[in-house]
Amino acid sequence: MNNLEKYNQVFMETLDVEVDQLQDLKYQDIDNWDSVGHMSLVAAIEDTFGIMMDTDDIIDFSSYQIGKEIIKKYQVEL
Amino acid sequence: MISSAVYLAEWKGNMTDYNKILEISPFSLERSHKHELMSKRLVELSKHHYNNCQEYQRILDVLGYDLDKISSYYDLPMIPVKLFKNMELKSISDDAVVKTMTSSGTTGQSVSKIYLDRNTAAYQQKTLVKIMNQLIGNARLPMIILDCPSVVRNRAMFSARGAGILGFSIFASDTIYALDDNMKLNTEGLLSFIEKHKGKNIFMFGFTYMIWQHFYKELMAAEVKIDLSEAVLVHGGGWKKLMQEAQSPEQFKLALQDVCGIRRVHDYYGMVEQTGCIYIECEYGHLHASIFSDVITRRTRDFSPCDFGERGIIQVVSMIPESYPGHSLLTEDEGYILGEDDCPCGRKGKYFNVTGRVKKAEVRGCSDTYEQR
Repeated sequence: MNNLEKYNQVFMETLDVEVDQLQDLKYQDIDNWDSVGHMSLVAAIEDTFGIMMDTDDIIDFSSYQIGKEIIKKYQVEL
Repeated sequence: MISSAVYLAEWKGNMTDYNKILEISPFSLERSHKHELMSKRLVELSKHHYNNCQEYQRILDVLGYDLDKISSYYDLPMIPVKLFKNMELKSISDDAVVKTMTSSGTTGQSVSKIYLDRNTAAYQQKTLVKIMNQLIGNARLPMIILDCPSVVRNRAMFSARGAGILGFSIFASDTIYALDDNMKLNTEGLLSFIEKHKGKNIFMFGFTYMIWQHFYKELMAAEVKIDLSEAVLVHGGGWKKLMQEAQSPEQFKLALQDVCGIRRVHDYYGMVEQTGCIYIECEYGHLHASIFSDVITRRTRDFSPCDFGERGIIQVVSMIPESYPGHSLLTEDEGYILGEDDCPCGRKGKYFNVTGRVKKAEVRGCSDTYEQR
């Protein structure tokens, strides 16, 4: 699995969504991506890629797309 | 360091931008600078809510306020926190609401409802981060939550307790709940967590009475000794129940140090109606207002501001709320301001003590007077 597939996988497993929902998915769009789901998602992404995000990045991580840009800062190539 | 003057010049004739305000160091502004910044932002917020929240508009009209004539935030109307229990106060459309926070007050069954949109929710979280970074640094730390996991499980309706825990979880690199869902201390889990993170700072968070009842007392009774001498504890939620057990804040600290060696213990004051703007106790035992919010103590008889040292009802103002008209609130708490800009800890801004809840009769008295003014 490449990093993009892993990234997608984390979203699908943590938030219980399908792959075709991902592109436009934003924080608070669906019930599962609320503030509780957000912390689970962050933890799962950090575990998957072995990174630790800054608090500001956790807050700014507000969509599937923005998340990609954020984890690139941590040397995760997608 | 970024000063407020830069932004005030930039905003001359324009709206303030809270994301810019967030760039100012939380305890850096002296009285006159803070007053200027807060007055601009808070008058703006008042106008924004006046134009976007019908109920707020009606209240201000009845009270006869003319926002164009107000230049100091001391003169802005205050909304009694109780009103959030009786009315749906929001300045956004229903579909912009991303989160509704609730608090059950200490009395009665009615709950406050606070409506958040994306921006206000993000401002709250970012503000909390700025204030907390001053205390625990920028790195995320292993975190012990002195509560049970079920408190954040019911995600449909967030209690103030759940919201508090979740909000502070952003500082965690790894978390453990100290209690299980039967409120029993998870001693083994704690010991291995502490062992795993040996040599690191540990961040602990919880609510004062829960800590006393389910952490301190159980640790006292248990045979084990745990070493949290390098940890920092932040706790809040009020002292009412501990006072009933005749425990003072000083005794609370000593008792905790005795049982787990912890030396850095910080109380905080805050409320769900102004989430994010917390007031943290410094090393000298004083609660501090950051630049993002302020406290004003008011005299019961005419709501004029109290002098330093004079006890009064606490008004809280916050520069955050855009989605609901909660930027200037009259609380049901009493306290007194100790001073401003000159606490020995070096933080600028007001520092104060909270002495407890306003007596029931007085609360009724003050909101009645308020509505008839």
